[in-house]
Amino acid sequence: MLSGILDFINNLFSGLFQKKKHVKIGLYGPPNGGKTTIANKICKDWLGENMGKASNVPHETRKVNVKEQIVMKSNGKELTFNLVDTPGIATKIDYESFMKFKMSAKKAKQRAKEATKGVIEAIRWLDDMDIVLVVLDSTINPYDQVNITIIGNLAARKIPVLVVANKTDLKKSNIKRVENAFPQYKVVGISALKDKKMEDFYTALFKLVK
Amino acid sequence: MLTLQFIPHHEIEKLDSEARINKLLDGVKNNEIVLLEGRLESEEETKLIERTMEDISPIFKGVELCTIYPHKRRSKKLDVGNLIKSGLIKILLGNKEGLTIIGPATIVKEIKRDPKKIQLLIKKGKR
Repeated sequence: MLSGILDFINNLFSGLFQKKKHVKIGLYGPPNGGKTTIANKICKDWLGENMGKASNVPHETRKVNVKEQIVMKSNGKELTFNLVDTPGIATKIDYESFMKFKMSAKKAKQRAKEATKGVIEAIRWLDDMDIVLVVLDSTINPYDQVNITIIGNLAARKIPVLVVANKTDLKKSNIKRVENAFPQYKVVGISALKDKKMEDFYTALFKLVK
Repeated sequence: MLTLQFIPHHEIEKLDSEARINKLLDGVKNNEIVLLEGRLESEEETKLIERTMEDISPIFKGVELCTIYPHKRRSKKLDVGNLIKSGLIKILLGNKEGLTIIGPATIVKEIKRDPKKIQLLIKKGKR
């Protein structure tokens, strides 16, 4: 009984202080949504440097990358956080699909192996997140099971979510469709690559944290 | 030949998460499209993806997965009536509601879903 009360007090206080000091913001979503491009844009805007390599070949990010102590400022407010860029979550990985990008079979198999490990690592990091940005390609149908599973998991874990509909610079972009798919969540449409609506994104992020 | 395996919910309700996932993946690895009455917990869905990734090889390339919940809340507005209704359904039916479709990625090319329909696209030469 006494140890239970002590645990409760300990959790309460450690929760209060640790959360404020080390807010972890995770970028999650299917491959090729633009997670690393957004991570790079955030790092460029607030640290003046890039975070990782982005490319159009799926599963370019195959390990979780963390950038610590990013200080973001908006309307006189300040937010310090660690940004976690995760590998894209998928239910299938076919090494032959990488060979379409002029990759040898050996390299493609190696990439597939690393990609599967990356998905597992990304899932295992979910519990550590304080806030998650679910990054979706706004030109693609959002009713994908991976998106639904990620968001369902975050809801079960009570982790605040901001849905980022990326690639709005492209003709086929459809933010409304993303909003209709996830009506319970705030959706912000941006193009991280073309630097469009990033201010709206930062404002939404601040609102979610504060 | 395309094989569909139907798993009624009572076959999995007494199993633990690990055993449920094994049962589903065993069918899929046997080149069957598994139709599960109801759905897994959201944590189990993630565990299923994790297990799938652990098992991926040049032969087993993963799964196509789709869950359908008929009473999914679709509004931002807090509707007390609907909340009570969905709460009661959850108490009475648990996860028996809806349908889960899982197929091997070597056979199922894509499960396309939008608010009005679901399409299961099969790879050429796999029927």
